[in-house]
Amino acid sequence: MTVLTFEDVHLSFAGVKAIDGVTFHVGQNELFAIIGPNGAGKTSIFNVLSGVYRPQAGRVTFNGADLKGKRPHEIAALGMARTFQNVELFANLTVLENLTLGRHHHLRYGTLAALLWLGKARRDEIAHRRKAEEIIDFLELEQWRRYPVGLLPYGVQKRVELGRALAMEPKLLLLDEPVAGMNQEETEDMARYILDIRDELQLPIILVEHDMGLVMDLADRVMVVDFGQTVATGLPSDIQHDPAVIKAYLGVTS
Amino acid sequence: MIGRPLLHTDYAKDMALHNTFSKKLVFWLIVLAGLALPQILQDTELHLLSIGCIAAIGAIGLGLVTGYAGQVSLGHAFFLGVGAFTSAFVSGDPAGRVYGLGITNLVVWLPVAGLVAMLAGVIVAPLATRLRGLYLALVTLGLVFIGQHIFNEWAKMTGGGGVGRSAATLDLFGYSLSKADSIGTPEQKIFWLAFLLLLIFAIAARNLTRSGVGRAFTAIRDRDIAAGVIGVSLPKYKTIAFAISSFYAGCAGALLYALIGHIEPGAFSLVLSVEYIAMVLIGGPGTISGAIAGAFFITLLPRLTRDIQPLIPFISTAPDEMPNIYQVQTILYGVLIIGFLIFEPRGLVGIWFRIRSYWKNWPFSY
Repeated sequence: MTVLTFEDVHLSFAGVKAIDGVTFHVGQNELFAIIGPNGAGKTSIFNVLSGVYRPQAGRVTFNGADLKGKRPHEIAALGMARTFQNVELFANLTVLENLTLGRHHHLRYGTLAALLWLGKARRDEIAHRRKAEEIIDFLELEQWRRYPVGLLPYGVQKRVELGRALAMEPKLLLLDEPVAGMNQEETEDMARYILDIRDELQLPIILVEHDMGLVMDLADRVMVVDFGQTVATGLPSDIQHDPAVIKAYLGVTS
Repeated sequence: MIGRPLLHTDYAKDMALHNTFSKKLVFWLIVLAGLALPQILQDTELHLLSIGCIAAIGAIGLGLVTGYAGQVSLGHAFFLGVGAFTSAFVSGDPAGRVYGLGITNLVVWLPVAGLVAMLAGVIVAPLATRLRGLYLALVTLGLVFIGQHIFNEWAKMTGGGGVGRSAATLDLFGYSLSKADSIGTPEQKIFWLAFLLLLIFAIAARNLTRSGVGRAFTAIRDRDIAAGVIGVSLPKYKTIAFAISSFYAGCAGALLYALIGHIEPGAFSLVLSVEYIAMVLIGGPGTISGAIAGAFFITLLPRLTRDIQPLIPFISTAPDEMPNIYQVQTILYGVLIIGFLIFEPRGLVGIWFRIRSYWKNWPFSY
């Protein structure tokens, strides 16, 4: 069963073609990796998916819903969650508040109830707190719970961002370079969390990453993009030996 | 409980408004002080404190939209004006020189003033969803000028520039708060009312900020793109921020001038907006207690400079001599804003945080 289809999408900024006819699909419980050199258009694909950019042509369908013209918060409500390449957390808020913010589209009370903090608002807030604590438990963030995230080490911030995406209870998770700038130990921790997410939560994941070791170990299928175009799509083992991929990464001698 | 104030056994207790013993203690001490002050202080001082309470309601409103949601608004004076004139219109004499409906009950004119100002806020909000930062500040500045023009020219409603009209009457179901009786002097009764209203408005604001709505505000302030991607609707929450902020401003404007007794259209200028921004900045942006502290600070500042004046011989009280007390006041305003922004951007509340963490860590320095 296909969760996401991305069909022949074109996105350009003036003369620059960021995405030039990329097509792929992601299945249930699949860990789909997108790799490619810098500037290949990987993050642009994510920005199209989450509604930050609007493509000029093409069609994106997520669980049967057409994403065309939808705003970011509407796409989030459909169940798409993402992390960012450069951590985009709310630095002044605590870990707990950041995670609870991830649950924003599950809130079921209005502004008036919030002003009074009675009945529904209070019950709802406590229920969401419980959910946020489950994420804290899952990602082992207990000791950081009350810290403003701006004060936390980079590796922990990356984990909090993953937690915020998980708190949304998504149906598809987009991870934009989850281990960029991390050391060996942090990378292995993150790999373990990603595998846990896929196996325990049965979540399809799209992963953009430069760490080839991680991609080859974790991914079910890999797509290689370069200059906004698909170079190859296939199993990690096939991709490694594809001449077109080697050419994109290393170039060829004439 | 005193030994381990952060030990909670369920989420409800942890998330309570006063989740530590000391917060509870301080809150009830403030309530006690509010009840007792009218018995201790002189009427002139009480009047000033009442104005402080009402200004605090307005400052909380500005704090919500600017401090929490990060939408810089210079248009607060406009919303204060809308509230003031609406209340005066509702409570005014129908047979008088200016329009009036003759409904003098505070329970009617206060919410109406708030709601009309809120409506104005909702009309302005679409600008905020399209603009950011300085551009929004400039547009809201335009609002002040438009407001001033309307207030000055619509003489049938506002009394006209330089003349004005009398403000709403402080009347509760036929019981007048501005007449002395067995319960107390007008100043005492008005202070209790102002204090009670401040408590209600402050607690409601505090509730809002610890709810999902308040979190959405801070998310928009800190990173608006990420806020959208995790599911916060930017247009919706910017509109809510402006609506609630202008509701607070409308109520504050109505009450403020009901206390003073007379509304003059010239009062709702940029200077008034800047005064409220100063309250929020000096008190501590992004906190409710900061807005309250800032409001009292700014309201009491003229009184303080007057008290200090005899101690500094070269400052004169006569307005025609050179370093006079009024100039010192204006200069002090500017100096304080600059000083706080440079040395303590978290404002008065930030100073309190420092003291608190010093004693929390004592005898260690960090």
